[in-house]
Amino acid sequence: MDKKKYERPVILKQQSGLMNKFGSATSTQPMTDIEGVPVAELAAAYGSPLFVLSEKKMRDTQQQCQRIFRSRYPKVQFAWSYKTNYMNAVCSIFHSEGSWAEVVSEFEFDRARHLGVRGEHIIFNGPAKSAAALEKAVRAHSKIHIDHFDELYELIEITTSLGLKADVAIRVNVDVGIYPKWDRFGFNYENGEAREALKRIAASKTLRIVGLHMHIGTYIMSTEPFRVAVSKLVALANWLKQQLAIDLDYIDVGGGLPSHNTLKGQYLQADETLPALEQFADAITAPLFELESHGDAMPTLILESGRALVDGAGYLISTVLAVKRLSDGKRAYVIDAGINLLFTSLWYKHKMVPAQPTGVMREQANIYGPLCMNIDCIQEDASVPALKKGDRVVLMNVGAYTMTQWMQFITFRPAIVLITADGSPHVIRKAESLEYVMSLEEIPPSLRSLSA
Amino acid sequence: MKIAVTGLNNTDNPAPGVPVIRALRDRWPDSLHVVGLLYDALEPGAYLADVADANYMIPYPSAGLEQLFTRISSIHEVEKFDIIIPTLDSELNGFIKLAPRLAALGIKLFLPTEDQLRLRSKDKLVDFCSAHGIIVPRNVLATSVQDLYTIAQEFEYPVAIKGIFYDAAIVNNLDEAIAAFRRMQAKWGLPVVVQEFIAGDEYNVCALGDGARTIGAVAMKKLYVTDKGKGWSGITINDPALLEIAQKTIAALQWRGGIELEFIRERETNSYYLLEINPRFPAWVYLAVGAGQNLPAALVDLITGAAVTPFEKYSVGKMFVRYSWDHITDIAQFESLTVHGALRHG
Amino acid sequence: MSSTQISTSLAVSENGFLFLPTTGETFTVNETGRFILRRLQEGREQQEIISSLIDEFDVEPVDAQRDVLDFIGQLRQYHLTDTQ
Repeated sequence: MDKKKYERPVILKQQSGLMNKFGSATSTQPMTDIEGVPVAELAAAYGSPLFVLSEKKMRDTQQQCQRIFRSRYPKVQFAWSYKTNYMNAVCSIFHSEGSWAEVVSEFEFDRARHLGVRGEHIIFNGPAKSAAALEKAVRAHSKIHIDHFDELYELIEITTSLGLKADVAIRVNVDVGIYPKWDRFGFNYENGEAREALKRIAASKTLRIVGLHMHIGTYIMSTEPFRVAVSKLVALANWLKQQLAIDLDYIDVGGGLPSHNTLKGQYLQADETLPALEQFADAITAPLFELESHGDAMPTLILESGRALVDGAGYLISTVLAVKRLSDGKRAYVIDAGINLLFTSLWYKHKMVPAQPTGVMREQANIYGPLCMNIDCIQEDASVPALKKGDRVVLMNVGAYTMTQWMQFITFRPAIVLITADGSPHVIRKAESLEYVMSLEEIPPSLRSLSA
Repeated sequence: MKIAVTGLNNTDNPAPGVPVIRALRDRWPDSLHVVGLLYDALEPGAYLADVADANYMIPYPSAGLEQLFTRISSIHEVEKFDIIIPTLDSELNGFIKLAPRLAALGIKLFLPTEDQLRLRSKDKLVDFCSAHGIIVPRNVLATSVQDLYTIAQEFEYPVAIKGIFYDAAIVNNLDEAIAAFRRMQAKWGLPVVVQEFIAGDEYNVCALGDGARTIGAVAMKKLYVTDKGKGWSGITINDPALLEIAQKTIAALQWRGGIELEFIRERETNSYYLLEINPRFPAWVYLAVGAGQNLPAALVDLITGAAVTPFEKYSVGKMFVRYSWDHITDIAQFESLTVHGALRHG
Repeated sequence: MSSTQISTSLAVSENGFLFLPTTGETFTVNETGRFILRRLQEGREQQEIISSLIDEFDVEPVDAQRDVLDFIGQLRQYHLTDTQ
């Protein structure tokens, strides 16, 4: 006789406001495979925890974004935000979709060059570009987005001494009525600083103003700030045209579009409250038509989206290490992926789905990572079906700012697997080993005997 | 006709579901099958046999859209309702997003657009009203406790602290403000609205818009207010000035669906301050029915495409006096809802 | 191993709905939980319950052992056991 399907025994006390377990059927739908590859096979072959990326999802999202923006504005160029995810394979996918590179350090600049990105297709942002990095960028004819006056003067010095010209834009910070205000980056619009910077550049013999750049923040949840910011950039572009007779090649509106993660402290799910991408595109493109004549050509609209393009393509497979009860009776799980891999769980409620069938009974549970640190909590009060030691789970929407912000702390960083468009898994970054981690270390001779 | 209605939570902070159903039953006494959609097993309306014919639990809005859709689809397979009337603020975003998929199942809704919903949200109200010449209390949108320190510079205590969806507290000093801020933030997220306190009497308007016209509007003065600030009795009034502001607001929003406008008539100047625009019928909507405007039934007419003529008048001096009533039931009904998520009557 | 005394007044329905008349508290319990509860009410020994759980359900002995102990811990947390 076949035995009955087992579910860990659970008893729940009914409390007002917590008596609703209905409609949870879909969330107990396990995620048994990612792009057709069984989670169990992935974990068996490459270990747990394991980051998994979907090439198809990245391409689909990028192509959809391009369609949405190109149907609203004639000239659109995406520039892949390296800091969001600079794995070579990931960058290669976005470059093959036609994206330029948007980098914020010499390290990222070198990565882009290593991948064969043409110099003029690199946008160099950030508040901390070294003299050596600036020189590289000038020689490569990259587009340098100047953040502050010290950088402006340094760049004039470098180009003059090299006898080369540089294509530049300034980063402009504008008040769009949201908090936090990102006024630490770039030149301020409202107080006239941006105009001063542009005048100074126009007066230089080596710098050519080709664009204006902004980046109003991250995970912007409404469209209005974009409309306000782009309107102000357009006003600045029109001033440039009138006062200095400069036609711009492009207007770069940066990134900041949200992904499908729900923020902590947000009552409704992101999918319910976030405007659609089309609405963001409307807010961004509409003010561009207020640009005064730029000869025949409208300037190119550049977008530096990262999070919105890659977050949904990333998954983290993890394994339940322990099922515990806390002192007050509350359920808690220890899983093998923690804040060392998901820095983003500090502000996101990453959705966690079991990778194998479970029962329908759900408990409120805390999800802890494997570190012996109190801060290592992926989520408090998540509603999860009864899991047992050894069960696999999949954390969703983890493609952005995880593989670049992860820490090598206490243990190794795991492998990253890309499921390519043909549905086959490929390791794009190996799991770290002791040899790799220690390869940069040295022990002074006087201490060597101690380690024997 | 089969209609599903949410919000059967008739507690001392009542939802509009029960009075909406009552209004529909008035109009279609014999031919109506009503399905109650519940978020909690103890929503009182579910236990009353003459409210909904069948009741089902649905997942909280915060559980996500996919779950809500799947649950509604499975209830629809059994109950085959033609229309859903959501009656709660916090579920509207979700239903607007799901509307096309529900339409594919043959379920009709009549809702404002996301843009309209956003225009009237508590954090945008001041902008909206200033743009249309409607008097409104000033506010500060607080995203951290730090922001509360500006209250003293902006206005004088007392001030109202409001959750972005529900809840309000009148606070008299910074300590109370911080406590209220934390409560609202924990329950409803950010921002928390700090609103200037206007002293005066409360007046509310219950109305229905079809996207262009105001189909009906009834004004009411609260006569008795509970300690939670809920009107427990009220009387219909006719002040053309008040109704004119209501019409203007509905026209500016091009509102589709039920709506409640909350006003304070300022003691010194007699000006109406628009405190809040609620994107649904109020819990006192049955007073409008009693005064001659069956707005929920007119909403159903708009959905089904029946001819709708705007109401021109209503009886002034009609009152509602709300009362509570202890309904006796058996634990089996509670068990049916908590275990099966369903409770059918008859 | 000892047996665990369950509050004698606890009413467990076939649906997995529990009502404790002495306190008015209600609970829900899943199928395996109900299986264990019923046997505890019959006064069965822990080890016997674990064995019958293994016979009836597709579960590894080590998991059954751990989960029954954990479940009894939950009952204790809710004061559903008579401490003796």
